[in-house]
Amino acid sequence: MLLDIQHLTTSFDTPEGEVCAVNDVSLQIDPGQCLGVVGESGSGKTQVFMSMMGLLAKNGKSEGAVYFEGRQILGLETSELNQLRGVELSMIFQDPMTSLNPYLRISRQMTEVLMEHRGTSHKQAIATSIEMLNLVGIPEAEKRFRMYPHEFSGGMRQRAMIAMALLCEPKLLIADEPTTALDVTVQAQILELIAGLGKKMNMATVLITHDLGVIAGLSDRVAVMYGGRVVEEASVIELFKSPQHPYSKGLLESMPRLDTSSEVALHAIAGQPPDLQALPAGCSFEPRCIYAFERCRREIPDLRASGENRVKACHLEKIP
Amino acid sequence: MTAEPFKRDGLAGLEEAEFVKGRSLWQDARRRLFSNKAAVASMIFLAIVVLMAVLAPLLSPWAFDDPDWGYDFPGPPNLELKHWFGTDGNGRDLFVRTLYGARISLLVGIIATSVSLLIGVTYGATAGFIGGRTDNIMMRIVDILYSLPFMFFVILLMVIFGRNIFLIFVALGAVEWLTMARIVRGQALSVKKKEFIEAAHAVGVSGAKIITRHIIPNVLGPVIVYMTLTIPQVILTESFLSFLGLGVQEPLTSWGVLISEGAKQMESAPWMLIFPALFLAVTLFCFNFIGDGLRDALDPKDR
Amino acid sequence: MLAYAIRRLLSAIPTLFIIITLAFFMMRLAPGGPFDREKQLPPEIEANILRAYNLDKPVHEQYFDYLKNILKGDFGPSYKYLDFTVTDLIMTGFPVSLRLGLYAIVLAVIFGVSAGTIAALKQNSTFDYLVMGFAMTGIVIPNFVMAPLLALIFGVYLSLLPVAGWGGGALKYQILPVITLALPQIAYIARLTRGSMVEVMNSNFIRTARAKGLAEKTVVVRHALRGGLLPVVSYLGPATAAVITGSVVIESIFDVPGIGRYFVNGALNRDYPVVMGVVIFYAVLIIVLNLLVDLVYGFLDPRVKVE
Repeated sequence: MLLDIQHLTTSFDTPEGEVCAVNDVSLQIDPGQCLGVVGESGSGKTQVFMSMMGLLAKNGKSEGAVYFEGRQILGLETSELNQLRGVELSMIFQDPMTSLNPYLRISRQMTEVLMEHRGTSHKQAIATSIEMLNLVGIPEAEKRFRMYPHEFSGGMRQRAMIAMALLCEPKLLIADEPTTALDVTVQAQILELIAGLGKKMNMATVLITHDLGVIAGLSDRVAVMYGGRVVEEASVIELFKSPQHPYSKGLLESMPRLDTSSEVALHAIAGQPPDLQALPAGCSFEPRCIYAFERCRREIPDLRASGENRVKACHLEKIP
Repeated sequence: MTAEPFKRDGLAGLEEAEFVKGRSLWQDARRRLFSNKAAVASMIFLAIVVLMAVLAPLLSPWAFDDPDWGYDFPGPPNLELKHWFGTDGNGRDLFVRTLYGARISLLVGIIATSVSLLIGVTYGATAGFIGGRTDNIMMRIVDILYSLPFMFFVILLMVIFGRNIFLIFVALGAVEWLTMARIVRGQALSVKKKEFIEAAHAVGVSGAKIITRHIIPNVLGPVIVYMTLTIPQVILTESFLSFLGLGVQEPLTSWGVLISEGAKQMESAPWMLIFPALFLAVTLFCFNFIGDGLRDALDPKDR
Repeated sequence: MLAYAIRRLLSAIPTLFIIITLAFFMMRLAPGGPFDREKQLPPEIEANILRAYNLDKPVHEQYFDYLKNILKGDFGPSYKYLDFTVTDLIMTGFPVSLRLGLYAIVLAVIFGVSAGTIAALKQNSTFDYLVMGFAMTGIVIPNFVMAPLLALIFGVYLSLLPVAGWGGGALKYQILPVITLALPQIAYIARLTRGSMVEVMNSNFIRTARAKGLAEKTVVVRHALRGGLLPVVSYLGPATAAVITGSVVIESIFDVPGIGRYFVNGALNRDYPVVMGVVIFYAVLIIVLNLLVDLVYGFLDPRVKVE
């Protein structure tokens, strides 16, 4: 097991009170595996990995444990964490325009990673970086290398970010909604790039997204999150074939499909995501769940096995 | 599975939960303003200063231009003689003079700011509403004027036309209207674009109504903040002029004049400098805190 | 870049034009003149003086003459310092004012940026509150209050520094004037830097820099400062203008023989050519400096570079 997140809980201290964004989340990833993490905004999917990477906002704090290659890394000192970040663990973010430093050239932003972590010479760092830019599919890499981020297109920027993240050949790449800010036409290319590089470099990847379609062709496993908790986890095929949590089912059914007749109204899950400051006593999905019964209101369901190598957090035995 | 699998009875409760009591912008702003301790303290202080200025004659037995022949020229604060702040180089009671100075300084602040408000709002609203080329030209003029070193021009005006207090009002007001014009013009432009104006227009709501009901509430916020921050600017400029000897003339006095006199006597009579300087500084602080508080209250993102 | 500079210079010309014209006509409207004495002068002498000052020609001719002269750098004779032209006075005072102003700006940038950056990094700490409190004081309290107060404390009570005078430029005479000039700018720059750095440190690209495992010091110095200090660069234009304005008061209070003092004396003595000359001189200075600052800014912000 490459990454083992154990009972991670992250909360933020806000003027309106304490907000629990991640509530007792446990996830595992094997080397080379691709895990998709799906959920609405506010489901906590991003904060799980922000906590792990030590990138929480100042008013956030985490409890629990995160084991990377057997070593507990949650709450590590910044100096120690910096030996892992960018080297073994990399993260790329949603909006490449604001995630790149507009005042520095791409070259600088890339070579610094190699020079700081590997002690590479400037010349060698340049060569490696250009190679990487080629690898991620940026045309005329040598010329583009010296440019500023605003001179790149959206898709190219995201590729550059990916290149930056892969320079030290990390064992795990976390991609937080990497295509949400991009053109639809470019989305597929970027996702395939990420998945392809993952396989090539035997690198585990985490794809965080709110879009199940993104997961479909690329992930090995999927974790569905709701209200700060993991509500279901299974292999992609199993999940798409037979979702066992009402929320997962709802998500799948609300995906518009090519083969659906255009006369049929789009499904939507009625209701709103939960208010993280006022979580119900029982299952947080209960207010919107058509299968809910009395126990759901009282008791938070634990994650339990719902088949071979899959879990769900639901009191229902099986969805009818 | 029915076509709407996730609709059910009992979801009615959800609808109620969604409805959060909407609070008007002003209530929200007022709440935020009054929870800002610095702003509230400042308002209280300012009120006290204004009160003291207004009630000046009642607060001291001394007249502001009446030398106390029975005491030192200048004399330190003396409680028995009721010279709370001491006397100045001409034997006049400093406490009373400070309060009279307050009157002038505050008056200049308010009136000049009102002048700038008037000019700025008219200019800005006109430019914004007419739009197009006229707007461009008018704003270009503002840009050019903005880069002029106004301090020097005010001084020039004072030198040339003498130190008439009304001239001071107008001159200072004329210096500060530029930013106001920009703000108002910006608001006018954005409001002009809003669809509901067109809709109102289409339905036949008169121009005047549109202005009062839609434009003014939108503009009021930044305008109020700006005014609160302009008043200390004006008071400062007037004090600056008076300090140089180019501001209000005898027998009127303002804090700038008093500070100037105090600076000259600094070594032998520091109280002449300290008290008016203190009043000026505190007043400026208060206005700034209130202005900042208002700005936070009306637009909390703008930090 | 060159095209931009030229364009900016050209657009400054109407501004200068307005200044000169306004100043000229205001001066002509003013009562009093080069011989505002109590005694009435016999008419022939008056006529002679008028001719000497070119005041006997029609107004529009005077105006064009004045314009022409300005282009030659000639602002005319002083009405009060009868042996000197305005240009003489300005040239005498400029080195002094320049020295004070330069020191003040350098101090302001060094202290303001340092204080502001540290305050931003230690947001909401005691240091932060102290710095912001000091900044508020420096911004709100006018320099003509600060100057006498500082002179009182350091000159009179502590007897550490001279209260006024220039002493031919000796260091100890420069300390109070420079500090008083610098204080409001230190305050403003500190506040500006803090605000800007706080904003930059919360931006996405800083998060990326951290995610890359860069040391925090590298993150701040290499990634944050570059963008965070841009507003300070922009502010240098208005800062210089403020220092110039401030110097008028400071030089008067500390009796420093700079342009500001000539200006104030000129204003009090109704020495119009001096007043006007100084106004125009400063206006040109401010415009040129603003242009320089804009160019420098263009160098530093890559997004602006592509003109």
